[in-house]
Amino acid sequence: MLFQLFLSFFKIGAFSFGGGYAMIPLISTEVVDVRQWLSMGEFVDVIALSQATPGPIAINSATYVGYKVSGFWGSVAATLGVVTPSLVIMLILGFLFYRYRGLPLVKDIFKGIRPVVVVLVAAAAWSVVPSTLTGVIPGAVAAVSAVLILRFRKDPVMVLLAAGALGLILYL
Amino acid sequence: MIPLIKRELVERRRWLEDSEFVDLLAIAQSGPGPIAVNTATVTGYKMRGVLGSLSAVAGAALPSFLTILAFASVLVRYKSAPVIDAFFRGMRPAILGLLAAAVWQVGKGSIRERSDLWFVAAGVFLLFVLGEGPVVAVLMSGLLGILSGVWNRRGGRQEGETRGEAQGSDED
Repeated sequence: MLFQLFLSFFKIGAFSFGGGYAMIPLISTEVVDVRQWLSMGEFVDVIALSQATPGPIAINSATYVGYKVSGFWGSVAATLGVVTPSLVIMLILGFLFYRYRGLPLVKDIFKGIRPVVVVLVAAAAWSVVPSTLTGVIPGAVAAVSAVLILRFRKDPVMVLLAAGALGLILYL
Repeated sequence: MIPLIKRELVERRRWLEDSEFVDLLAIAQSGPGPIAVNTATVTGYKMRGVLGSLSAVAGAALPSFLTILAFASVLVRYKSAPVIDAFFRGMRPAILGLLAAAVWQVGKGSIRERSDLWFVAAGVFLLFVLGEGPVVAVLMSGLLGILSGVWNRRGGRQEGETRGEAQGSDED
């Protein structure tokens, strides 16, 4: 199991480009669909926790999923898995960059990947709809959150915590 | 996280010049995985070689790891406690809002010219028509990016106008 955790998060680390939100689709595919370590609802909670606490989403969710599946060593294996590809590929890429300046090939690859990442993030947003859009109030919270972030440039962490506080009022 | 990284490396420690930081960030963003880990790898390598990378990455990952470990050890046990449950229930729809906002934000930076829409179409086709996973979508779109780059450089495209536009929008 430890090795499987390492491998799954290695895959997530190696194939997600753009950091942050761009990593969510890969994490959800591997953790929810392929390995079924979490339900979609639990996954949404992990993303909420990862976003509300400091640090990269990928490391936060690796640590959490690893811990849930196999305790402390699980979290170590998953976190090492998600970090290792970055480390290795960056060392190679950094070396090549300073050697050849610019790297047109890397630019071409990115020209193709970037727009597709947008589709991936959209698909991830779509996939959380069933477990998040459960009524009128949740719908309003989702809409208001998006508007607060996009229009009023509010910090997503603040938006999340405010929504959590609202949850305390509504559901406790 | 980027402003925070910049303040520490460029302004406080003066380990990097402003222009060096821009270069590093370009490399860090072209690798897979969390941007913070990528930046740590390249900066660490630049300062002290491979050992430098290792210690910088450990530094970037440890705070998140420990924070989530603390949360996870409590949450895995007490997730169904009413207070925690209500808070998470409140945050859930906000995650949908966050992801929807992310689609817009990532899209604004990634879909800039008409040709990008072809890659979006390719992504939709791969994910929703062929039912491929994100890893295949990323690999294929990178390959398409290379092909279109080669095609453009060979002057394969008829309209010189579109070409000039595409090249003009490249940053350097």
